[in-house]
This record gives sequence, structure tokens and C-alpha cells, in this order.
Amino acid sequence: MEARIILHAKCGFPLWNVRRVPHRREAFGNGVKRVIKRVAKCCCLFMVLALCTLPLHAQQSAVPSSAPATTNATQDNSKAVTDKLADLDKRVTAAQSAGDNAWMLVSAALVLMMTGPGLALFYGGLVRRKNTLAIMMQSFAMMGLITVLWALVGYSLCFGGSGPVIGDFGHAFLRGVGADPNPDYAGTIPQTTFMIYQLMFAVITPALITGATAERMKFSGTVLFMTLWFLFVYAPLAHMVWGKGGYLNAAGGRFPCLDFAGGTVVHISSGVSALVCALYMGKRTGFPKQPMPPHSLVLSFIGACLLWVGWFGFNAGSALAASGLASSAFVATHFGAAGAAVAWSVAEWIKNGKASALGAISGAVAGLVAITPAAGFVGPMPALVIGFVAGAFCYFMVTRVKAIFGYDDALDAFGVHGAGGTIGALLTGVFAQEVINPIFGAGKPVGGLDHHWGQVGNQLVGIAIAWGFALVGTLVILKITDLVTGFRVTEDQEVEGLDITQHGEEAYYLES
Amino acid sequence: MMKLEAIIQPSRFESVKDALREAGIEGMTVTEVRGHGRQKGHTEVYRGREYTVDLLPKIKLEMVLPDKLVNLVVDTILKTAKTGKIGDGKIFLTRVDEAIRIRNEERGESAL
Repeated sequence: MEARIILHAKCGFPLWNVRRVPHRREAFGNGVKRVIKRVAKCCCLFMVLALCTLPLHAQQSAVPSSAPATTNATQDNSKAVTDKLADLDKRVTAAQSAGDNAWMLVSAALVLMMTGPGLALFYGGLVRRKNTLAIMMQSFAMMGLITVLWALVGYSLCFGGSGPVIGDFGHAFLRGVGADPNPDYAGTIPQTTFMIYQLMFAVITPALITGATAERMKFSGTVLFMTLWFLFVYAPLAHMVWGKGGYLNAAGGRFPCLDFAGGTVVHISSGVSALVCALYMGKRTGFPKQPMPPHSLVLSFIGACLLWVGWFGFNAGSALAASGLASSAFVATHFGAAGAAVAWSVAEWIKNGKASALGAISGAVAGLVAITPAAGFVGPMPALVIGFVAGAFCYFMVTRVKAIFGYDDALDAFGVHGAGGTIGALLTGVFAQEVINPIFGAGKPVGGLDHHWGQVGNQLVGIAIAWGFALVGTLVILKITDLVTGFRVTEDQEVEGLDITQHGEEAYYLES
Repeated sequence: MMKLEAIIQPSRFESVKDALREAGIEGMTVTEVRGHGRQKGHTEVYRGREYTVDLLPKIKLEMVLPDKLVNLVVDTILKTAKTGKIGDGKIFLTRVDEAIRIRNEERGESAL
């Protein structure tokens, strides 16, 4: 009996028809199975019939109460219907607004999380133990300082008025900013929401610069420098790219530059400024001979993951609505991060024979930076490509270019944000498509994939202006800061550590 | 009374500790140290920058023993801490002048 069964299984069809005679116990079991199958079939048939009657029930309850058929009644009836439609229209708009506002408030929270604790942890883990609190404090200080400046004049300078370069003081002290939407910016959410969302961008941008100056920057110098930098570099750039009447505004600017969530405003500006600061203040004592490895990659890892998740608020929230565009930007963001993480890891694997955790998370951040200007303009596949390119390019910038020129960009603020933002802004011009976001009007070509290669030129103008503003502005502000408070700590303070000398604290008190 | 200092591989520490306890030896001070003799370290790479790590983690055992137990402890450690490879560590013995128990101010070998 066994032999026949084995042959059957190997050939897939019976070589000859063999009917096995079932045992008595087996026969009883088979009978029971047959009965159960019949009962089950009856139950299924009954349920299907019951389901078929459901539409009848629905129809019965949906029949409206009809009005008597006279002429006056018909006129009253059509007015009632018009009123009802207007009311329905209002409620649909309110529902859409509610959805948009909910998403935007969550996005604002996500972006704040990117600074604290995302960036604080990411940078904190990369510095030596004696400087952990100092770098975290610099990020946290932005959460306090920039918020105050924003509330007083910042929002107004960025989004008030309609000048080509800077806003005005119309919204100083947040005058006129309330529950009503600002029709120039986000017509379905309260202006308060728009204001608080944009604030979180202004908070994280200066915090990024501290990556280049890490382990040797005075805290008093940080406070003064960031105040001036926010007012004279960030505010004009934000207004030019996103503000009404801005020179680089995608909607009607002289050189419409596509920057969905801040590739130029946030990353190029902070990255280039970081480079200028690093060159101005010089290398850390002992760099590059003395080893200065990260003291806790665990903290950096956690920070990087918080940055990735928070970035969904940064990019997808820049749709300023809970819309299909937000979904598209969300996906593009994720794909950009993933593509770059893979690319950096592959590059490291090839170069060093091992893919490191630090490399993977750095790659992910580089991808997120690069996709920032592109998120709401490119499709998912181009997003992946942008990620791959950014990961490889930033890896090259951080490992080779930095070594060649020898500058001490301590935590690679320029290598990741400056370089990533630049390449991202350029590729936005290449991959932007009307089908994703008809930013120039329905049917009008947007970027290279629409054969509108002139957009790459506009991107270059935006990039150049961002670079220029950051370079010149930072140099001037550095000089002022150096004269007023000083910028760099003394060598003794640097050796002892910033936590003790600048803040009177130790990050890890191991003896207690 | 002899002071015994042993620098051993961290991976052998648990076995050494168990063997000493089984041999009836109580009382030791353990520190995590870094160092090297002839053992080579390794290279770590952080964002393109290479660091040679040549200070390797080790465990240092310190014990003060009555003279009659010294050979037993040395043999136990030699047996359990040995892997046969470079980096196994070393044992140092020095003479101790006095030992005092803080609790009851006992002195001499009975304080051990």
C-alpha cells in the first residue's frame, strides 16, 4: 500500500486508479464529516440570502418625507434644499478644516520632537562625554530662545507683508493671528496653527549649526549668534522662499524656486553657516591626531530614529493640509530616507568591508535632508533615486572631502545638511512633476520630468542665494559675536569640557 | 601574607570566580581595566575617520592571602584563566606588611 501512495505523490497523478477500502472507524468519521459539510453549506446559503435583503432595508429608511405637491410648497421646498445644501457645504468645509488642523497640529509637535529630543540625542551621542550636556543644551536653548523671538517679531518678519526679501512688523506680538485662516498661506487651518507649525522650523534650523561648532563653542556666544542669525539669515530666506511676494516663491516669485519643506531655507542655510563657523573658529584642540570617537552611539541611534519619524511632520506637514499631497510627501520622505540609508551602508561596506550603525543612521538623515525640498513635488520612485544619490554623495562629502580639506565640521552639519540640501534642491528641479503637484497651475510643466528643464536653473538661483546669504550673513554675525561675547572657549575650558565650564554640570555622575 | 594581582581576560572571569569559590577562597576585589602587553588591538571607523584601539579591556583581580593559600590560588587561576593565546594576562605576587579588619580592628592573618 505504501509503495502505491509514494508513486502517486512523486508523479502528481495516479499511475493507476487504486481505491483504498476504508477501515470501519474511518468510515464512521467520514460520515460525520459529510454531515457537517452539508450543514455548513446550508448555513452559508441562508447567510447569503439574508445579506441580499439588506439593501431593501436601507432603501426603506432612506425614503425622504415628501412635501405636498402645490406651487408655493415647491418654491419653499427648493429654498429649503438650497439652504440645506449651503449648510452641508459649510459642514463639509468645517470637517475638512478639522482634518487639516488636526494633522497640522500633530505635524507641529512632530517637528518640535525633531529638535528635542531628536537632534539633541543625535548630536549628544556623537560628542565626547564631557560635552554631552552642552550640545543638548544648545538645541534646547533654541526651543526657548527662538520661540520668544518668533512670538515677538519672527513670525511677522517671515510671513508678514509682501516684500521681496523680508516681511514686515504687521504681525508683531502675533497681532492679527487667531482662529481665522490666513488666505495667503493655509486657507483651511487657523492662522495660529500655521504660525506654530512654522515656528518649529525656525527652532530646528539654528540648532543644526551647532553640529559644526560642537565641543568648542561658548554658550553666551551661541545665544547671541543664534539670535542675530535667526533675524538676519533665516527670516529673509524663509520670506523669500515661502513668504507672500518673496523673490524665490514658487507661486509668483521672480525666480520661482521649488522648496517644499525647506531644503534651501533650513538645510543649505544652516549647513553653509556651519561650514563658515567651523572654518572661522578653527579645529578642536587635538584634532585630527587625538581620537574623539562618539561617546554613545546608542543615543545617536535613538535621536536619528526620532528625526526620521518627526520628519514626516516636517515634510508631509508642509502640505499644510491632510490631503493627497500630504500622503505623497509622506511616502517620498520615507523612501528618500530608506534609499539613502541603503546607499551609505553599501558605500561603507564596499570601502571598509563593514556597514556601521553610524553610517546607516547618517545615511538616513542625509536622505531626509535631500528629500526635504522635493517631498511634495516628486513621485515615490524619483524619491528613492534622490535618496540613493544623496546617501552616496553625502558619504563622499563626509569621508573624503572633509579629509582632503581638513576642516573640523565636528558633527558633519555641512557634510550632511549643506551638501544634502544642495543636491536635494538640484534634484527637485530634475524630478518635479505636474502630476504630483501642479504648483505652477493645472497642466503647466513643473520640472525636468515634465521637460521643463528651466526649473533646474531656477533651483540654482535659489541655491546660490541661500549659499550667499548664509556665507555673508554668518561671517558678519560671527565678527559681531566675537567682539561682544566671544565665540570660542579657551583651550583649558575646552580640555576640561563644556559641561563643567559652560553649564556647571556633569552628564554622567558615575560615582553616585 | 601575599597580595595577588591577576590581570585576566574578561571572558574568563566568571570561570575563575566560580573555581576560586569552589576552592574555598572568599574575598576579592575586582576592577575593569584597560591595557595591553603584546596583544594587538583593533581599528574602528567612525564616518571615515579611523581609530586604532590598542587599550583592550581586561579584568584585574586583587586578593590578599595567607601564605599557605597562595599556591592553591595561583594554580586555580592558571588553570581556569588560560586560553593559550596572547592576551591571557599575568599574575603578580607581592609581600604585604599588615592587614587590619576595620569592623573589629583585628590584625594579622586572622584579619584576612
